[in-house]
Amino acid sequence: MKNNKTTFSKYLVSGVAALALTAGLASGASAAENGKFRIGIVTFLSGPAAGPFGVPSANAAKVLVEALNKGELPAPYNKIGINGAEIEAVIIDEAGGATKQVEEYRNLVQRQKVDAVIGYVSSGDCLAVAPVAEELKTFTIAYDCGTSRLFVENSDAKYMFRTGLDASVDNIGAVRYLAATRPDVTRLSGIQQNYSWGQDSWADFTAAAAKLLPESEIVEEQFPKIYQGQYGAEISALSVKRPEIVHSSFWGGDMEALVLQANARGLLEDATGLLTCGEASLATYKDQAPNGMIIGARGPFGAFAPENELNTWFKGVYNAAYDLDPVYPATKMAQAILGLKFAAENAGLADKEIPTADQLAAGLKGASFPSVSGTVEMARGNGHQAMQGISYGEYHYEDGKASIVNSVSFSGECVTPPEGVSAADWIAQGFPGAQCN
Amino acid sequence: MRFDKTEISLAAVAIALVLFGFVSPGWLIFLLTIAFAKALVVQGVVMQMRSGLVSFGQGLFYCIGGYTVGMGGQFFGIHDAIAALSLGMLVAIAVAMVLGLLLTRYRDIFFAMLSLAFSMILFGILVKSPELGSTDGFNVHNWTIFGWAPDGGESSQHTVFTLTILAGLVIAVLIHRYTKAGIGVICEAVRENEVRVEYLGLSPRWLLYGNYVSAAAVSALGGGLTALATGHVDPEMAYWTTSGEFIFIALLGGLGHVAAPFIAAVVFSVVRTYAIELVPHTWQMILGFTLLGVIVFLPKGLWSLVSRKKAGERA
Amino acid sequence: MTSLLAVLIDGSIYASWLFLVAAGLTVIYGVMRILNMAHGSFYAIGAYSAASLVGWYFNNGIGPAWISYLLLVGAALVAGLIVGVIIERGLLRLMYGRDEILMVIITYALLLILEDTMKIVWGVNPYFAYQPYSELGRTSLGLLKVSNYDLSLVGVSAVIGLVLWGLLERTNTGKVLRAVIHDREIAVAMGVNVRLMFTITFVIGTILGALAGALTAPAISVVPGIGIEVIVLAFAVVVIGGLGSIGGAAVGALLVGLSRAAAVHYAPEFELFVIYGVMSLVLAFRPEGLFGRTLARKI
Repeated sequence: MKNNKTTFSKYLVSGVAALALTAGLASGASAAENGKFRIGIVTFLSGPAAGPFGVPSANAAKVLVEALNKGELPAPYNKIGINGAEIEAVIIDEAGGATKQVEEYRNLVQRQKVDAVIGYVSSGDCLAVAPVAEELKTFTIAYDCGTSRLFVENSDAKYMFRTGLDASVDNIGAVRYLAATRPDVTRLSGIQQNYSWGQDSWADFTAAAAKLLPESEIVEEQFPKIYQGQYGAEISALSVKRPEIVHSSFWGGDMEALVLQANARGLLEDATGLLTCGEASLATYKDQAPNGMIIGARGPFGAFAPENELNTWFKGVYNAAYDLDPVYPATKMAQAILGLKFAAENAGLADKEIPTADQLAAGLKGASFPSVSGTVEMARGNGHQAMQGISYGEYHYEDGKASIVNSVSFSGECVTPPEGVSAADWIAQGFPGAQCN
Repeated sequence: MRFDKTEISLAAVAIALVLFGFVSPGWLIFLLTIAFAKALVVQGVVMQMRSGLVSFGQGLFYCIGGYTVGMGGQFFGIHDAIAALSLGMLVAIAVAMVLGLLLTRYRDIFFAMLSLAFSMILFGILVKSPELGSTDGFNVHNWTIFGWAPDGGESSQHTVFTLTILAGLVIAVLIHRYTKAGIGVICEAVRENEVRVEYLGLSPRWLLYGNYVSAAAVSALGGGLTALATGHVDPEMAYWTTSGEFIFIALLGGLGHVAAPFIAAVVFSVVRTYAIELVPHTWQMILGFTLLGVIVFLPKGLWSLVSRKKAGERA
Repeated sequence: MTSLLAVLIDGSIYASWLFLVAAGLTVIYGVMRILNMAHGSFYAIGAYSAASLVGWYFNNGIGPAWISYLLLVGAALVAGLIVGVIIERGLLRLMYGRDEILMVIITYALLLILEDTMKIVWGVNPYFAYQPYSELGRTSLGLLKVSNYDLSLVGVSAVIGLVLWGLLERTNTGKVLRAVIHDREIAVAMGVNVRLMFTITFVIGTILGALAGALTAPAISVVPGIGIEVIVLAFAVVVIGGLGSIGGAAVGALLVGLSRAAAVHYAPEFELFVIYGVMSLVLAFRPEGLFGRTLARKI
């Protein structure tokens, strides 16, 4: 039973397919031969993760690529582009789920012929893309995703790297901060988004608290649905248990809503909030977050980044372009791009030569490179995972300005599990080999 | 066995595609594999639409198929792809046989919402299972076919592509015969007017039940193939927006012909991937307009849905 | 004991929010038989309009705080009116008479389009217009402290429910609408201008959805995607209550709200499943929903 639609569709699809093929082949030819270094950048451009993570990251990428192409960075990154070759950045949306992202990764590599990929906020996407990076032999840097599983499941990775930190560092650092600043605290509670990020964060936090704050007990834990936005019942359930600390790995709109609602209802006055991703909304809280709320930036990023030459320069250009200070996702994106540049320019290549994936991998593996957040050592995951310290501090809002006070930093060796040891095991054993000051 | 014209042309297209696979770039093979695997899930949706039910929870069986393949390799040592795919279909059939008892009592929006509810319940269960990776899911690797393992990524992509095309062909021929056979025709009659089917002495409820279970099996096959191609499964496969995507494709192709879901799935994938590349900030809008355009300007594509008389219009 | 009180209060607050969200959906379905998947987008448009307007108002220190409440409602009314009229006249009008399922799919396409339209108009950054929420302060009930804004939402919700009920039961337009709900063909035969009724109904539904979003906006951070989260909740409440029934939506909202609050306090592991569990239970015993009319099958 043929009908017009089937015929029409057949023409439509063959036409589109033919177009796709030609476009694909055409773009393939141009990418491979234009002498530029093409980076595929993947981050959230739509959905709830766009505002807090994707947009700052994409902004950082744009401003950095532009400056790199003019050779405006301070030493040792003052060479133009990547090893003298101009950079062409292709920014695509990370939304759509892991299956979609695997497809888009393949498109980036095989259709758009990128020379490297930097991206991935979502742990699910990182985990799905890692084996594909190995299959397609493409140098890939995960800049933000936190899953501890990344190099456990890809222990023989050659091309996959992560310049961001493992998420277990967030919560080990959080407990160390509590132990350092509030050692007498006994009633802990938590509210996490009910998905792997929230579940893993809480598991790490409670395990570390059991070891470092042995007198403490968990009086309440809540796991609302992600993106729920309204936490009336959860805040009540926490309030009636009279906690001293309310831990949360919330991010984005959920985090801002939680702070607003919990503060309005007095929970954050009676207890102290501890937000592991809190720094991302530093400019938004205004007077809706109490002074003294503990916030982190998942490492020495954003407002916790040191005042070194690179960071001062980076903050300057970011501010000039967007009239805002960079928050931690922006710092982490900058770090990833700098890591790529370092790897390319320390591979012993001639000027303007485009490095291969193998050369880039060799250049970054086990390396130690200067970044906006200080020195980054690729000292875990067989040289593929960055190790850095972490800082936590208290939110302070006065005269219309938000800042961080009472900041305490912990070195990488203090909060990062040693090579080959899983975070859960290291915590359970009581952190053997940790070197804290 | 006599093959009619449609089946022969389907086989010819399948062979052409397999050959095409040898000369296409990798990204296109992957796009087509995913599109055809999705089309199998959509076939399940279309089978139910033909009997008048819109399933907003077909993602349930898509997810069951995918997770069975993944768990088979990860936890039960079932590395043979064909065995894992078949196991996925069996699990889906078992689940459908239980759920179908409840669901076939409902029609219209209630069926849609209940099917959505069950797929979201599976989503919730998977999210609360850290052993299965919660929302991160887990990877699917190291599969073989009858003992032969594809070496290297490209060969494994190609193998899944060929496997998907062949599976698609088999399912397409089966569905084609199904719709031409008594059972298929009576399902359409159930859509038209259930009461009259009862007067004919048949039970619409059990017809819908059989249809529901068969659709579940076909969708699970699509899920398993997606798992093999992508190398990853996660609970999002059971989320209602994934089911919405299947309905989108089903409507795009229409119910008229068994090849329609395949064509629609390819069009959808191509439009989406180019929309993401060319207009990364507004690709959803492009999809929305495409769907609207099809509905408004190509009503013939949806002719069998449209021609159904609304209950009550015959006063 | 405090927990029980908390469950009652939290449950009522959540129920009133659910009712606000679901009311528009059930009204549109009741009259037009359109299950509007884009309802979540109207919610989001209301939230964005209100948040951006109130944010602008406070950032420029224009006036006293109490005006912001009027701005919230005003933003919702205007946004709902504009969007409702454009969509109903521009698109849906062309599609009447088509199959019900087709209408659902059309609204789904609308959802996709509106999501990106919002992104174009408002961008992806969060809108945090908290002043109306925090201005009202809080009430202490022992260990429990409740936001006065949330409490007043319960009142607002009740008022809106009563107004809707009054509109439908007591005004002439309401009676005509009920006639159209009951039997469209006979209504046409009696000379009712069904097309006008449809426009009015759709706009009311859109305004209700936008109002729900606008009233929620001060309590949350308005980000892309909030519409999608709301759709399934609204649908579930409407199905539980019976399609087209305002009273049903209220009862359904109460059921879901209280169950969810109870789950959060006593059995947090099941919180994810509560709404689907309630819906399945209700449908198992009353297949048409609590107040749904069993329709006579026409042969």
